Amino acid sequence: MTDLPDLLRLTPAGLYCPAGDFYIDPWQPVPRAVITHAHADHLCWGCASYLVAAEGEPVVRLRLSRAPAPSAIQAVPYSEPVNINGVRVSLHPAGHILGSAQVRVEHRGQVWVVSGDYKVEPDATCTPFELQRCHVFITESTFGLPVYRWRPQREVFAEINAWWQENAAQKRASVLFGYALGKAQRLLAGVDASIGPIFVHGAVAGVNRAYQAARRLPDARYVGEVSDARQFQGALIIAPPSANGTSWMRRFGEFSSAFVSGWMQIRGARRRRAVDRGFVLSDHADWPSLVQVVRETGAERVWVTHGYNSVFARWLSEQGIAAQAIETRFVGERDDLAVEDADEAQA
Amino acid sequence: MRDFAVLYAELDATNKTNEKVAALVRYFRSAPAADAAWAIYFLIGRRPRQAVPTASLRAWSAEAAGIPDWLFEECYAAVGDLAETMALLGMRSNGVPEAATASRSLAEWIEDVLLPLRELDEPAKKRAVLAAWASLEPRERFVWNKLITGAFRVGVSQKLVVRALAEVSGVDEATLAHRLMGEWQPGARFFAQLVAPETGDADISRPYPFFLAYALESKLPTDPRGRLLDADPAAFAETLQAALGDVRDWQAEWKWDGIRAQLIRRRGQTFLWSRGEELVTERFPEITAIGDVLPDGVVLDGEIMPFKDGRALPFSRLQTRIGRKALTKKILAEAPVVLFAYDLLEIAGEDVRDKPLRWRRAQLERLVRECNSPALKLSPIVEAESWEALGRWQRRSREHDAEGLMLKRLDSAYGVGRIVGDWWKWKVAPYTADAVLIYAQAGHGRRASLFTDYTFAVWDGDPRDGGRLVPFAKAYSGLTDAEIRRVDAFIRANTLEKFGPVRTVKPQLVFELGFEGIQRSSRHKSGIAVRFPRILRLRDDKRIEDADTLDTIRALLPHEP
Repeated sequence: MTDLPDLLRLTPAGLYCPAGDFYIDPWQPVPRAVITHAHADHLCWGCASYLVAAEGEPVVRLRLSRAPAPSAIQAVPYSEPVNINGVRVSLHPAGHILGSAQVRVEHRGQVWVVSGDYKVEPDATCTPFELQRCHVFITESTFGLPVYRWRPQREVFAEINAWWQENAAQKRASVLFGYALGKAQRLLAGVDASIGPIFVHGAVAGVNRAYQAARRLPDARYVGEVSDARQFQGALIIAPPSANGTSWMRRFGEFSSAFVSGWMQIRGARRRRAVDRGFVLSDHADWPSLVQVVRETGAERVWVTHGYNSVFARWLSEQGIAAQAIETRFVGERDDLAVEDADEAQA
Repeated sequence: MRDFAVLYAELDATNKTNEKVAALVRYFRSAPAADAAWAIYFLIGRRPRQAVPTASLRAWSAEAAGIPDWLFEECYAAVGDLAETMALLGMRSNGVPEAATASRSLAEWIEDVLLPLRELDEPAKKRAVLAAWASLEPRERFVWNKLITGAFRVGVSQKLVVRALAEVSGVDEATLAHRLMGEWQPGARFFAQLVAPETGDADISRPYPFFLAYALESKLPTDPRGRLLDADPAAFAETLQAALGDVRDWQAEWKWDGIRAQLIRRRGQTFLWSRGEELVTERFPEITAIGDVLPDGVVLDGEIMPFKDGRALPFSRLQTRIGRKALTKKILAEAPVVLFAYDLLEIAGEDVRDKPLRWRRAQLERLVRECNSPALKLSPIVEAESWEALGRWQRRSREHDAEGLMLKRLDSAYGVGRIVGDWWKWKVAPYTADAVLIYAQAGHGRRASLFTDYTFAVWDGDPRDGGRLVPFAKAYSGLTDAEIRRVDAFIRANTLEKFGPVRTVKPQLVFELGFEGIQRSSRHKSGIAVRFPRILRLRDDKRIEDADTLDTIRALLPHEP
């Protein structure tokens, strides 16, 4: 095993498979890209061809603002292997957003898995995470610190519903900020739609359409279609965080605002957001899940990327798991601001 | 404890004054009197002596969470708040404490658990703290950690607490503020007295609430950096005239950089209070001795200043003295202090705060003259016929060992807390220097996980001829949120090395720093230490070679007798 060359290696353009001559989530346009999911820091435009999970194809097309030829996107069902220059590649659910995938690469008996972003707790808007056993596991570590532990989502949704209900009783609008792709749809599917009408920001409405083919979401009208502002009283409005503090917000009259993200676990981040409430709900694995997944993959080696790379790698090493930190696309580590900026560049 | 944790969360969740007061009112209406008293105690910024060293808490928390110390430190760096880090690490994934027990009240937690901690030996302390963590739910645990780490702070001023208490009790705010001064023991009895219509409880040591001034910058037009537009003295004099009226309606005094204090003489006893409401009677025997020559029933407001050979000394002299446990003859000789008195609050046992300043000043002058004590000096009045003339004095403040002027309306009463309009501080522009960012560290509180704590360097030697950058000052504040994000991104992209939480950054960004004072220091690599350093602005127009040198900064050093 040890005398075999690494199946993947880090190049200036990102993770590369020399045997199959393809990149996974490349950082710049390449001839052949395998994509874990459609968030901006994973989906680079301008590649000649893309391999994506079929479930997420409409979302990928939406997010590739400079549309490639239809033939450039190859969509495969989860678990169905594709042969790329003799390397067996398959995509497996990552539970992060619609169509998010772990990339499994198999060649000459070696199995490597690139997790992309993942979440272990199932939700209604994407296929649940499926663990892949492998020799080498490349894991994200966005929330790779033990202070990040999520409560079950039903508890968080109960809090969100209670907040909305209280606002509705006061005839206030409830403005919920979450990333336009993924979080917004999960919120839409998770809240109690019987409380009142739901409206969405334009960026969210666009993504909703791409989701509708695969997932049924509750009715949510586009804010821009509403001419009578009284309709917002007691309503829930789902918007990307970038809308906070803009003149777009004026139409809602009196409102309470909240931000939904794993980062809201930290009080400082919550206060920095200048919103009334912060709800802790993440589409990423928390610390216990990261640890559990790494163990259960049975991986002999672990590479850690996207987040607290060096911290999580050091901790794994101390637990006797051969782990190393690898670079991420954005120089240094990312934090909530970087994620959001990257995310909304295309939202 | 639950109600207090809820109150904390409510106060923390809003920036709106009315909502804060409403939350306080709800709490004071429903809380048992003993809880209310303790809540007030902590909310207005008092705290018991720390019972458990922070280092022990960290170690126990890491151990309880099953993580190594280095990982605890990484968590702390990301969270930016020790109490919160420990609360989060103690949380199990289902968010329920490991052994929930019947909830104790706030007063019980403090009196039965927190205060006795100090008397316990180390293993017993540890058992008590771990037991507390296990029996509190996460929100309570966070507040509990705030209480034991001595870092309890939430965004309410004493003023808001007093406003809420006034609403609950019907007692007027000034009386409440006064009753909260001095030393008191939190408990049901105290709370009952606090909110009683009339108590007749004359505690002879109790000081009056200090009257505070606003910065002139808050009233007059400023540049985007918040500095007065005073480049043209004649034009600025007109601005002052328009804003404050006739200069003859005002008393101007030097603004001293010492320790604001109240000296109380009642029933043959002397008490000296600092503005931080600390009884400092023992610390300043020279000033306490003034009490012996004061008539009974007198309260003076003034500034404790190091003073020798007819001149005020730099604040650093006072600092060295404050730090010492024992006041030796040597210290008393090196940094003798005097009280620069500037107001009279009580005379012949009568509260005279409502009389006009003009009257109080006249009485004060007579009193100081009659006492004839070398340690009691009148803070001199700066006389000027016009705003323009006063401006000339103001610009020369440093020559008079002052940091600017105080403007006080002659017909003003001595108010409670900060009131806009009657008292203003008119400080001189800060010293400035251009310095290079070389180290960075993540911030705390709302700046957690952002690089906001910076170390700046200046040149030792000629930058173009073998000079090197030496650390010169640390600064945390002064940038806008957008600038912070920009500098944060720069730091992430230009980190040269990491030493624990500290990053060495490629020297590239130049900042203009402001600071209030400068002194020699053997503890700093640069040989100098500055007071209140802060960032004035980013100097994108400057290259690192344009930053200041140690020589130019040393030239600002004051005389040291």
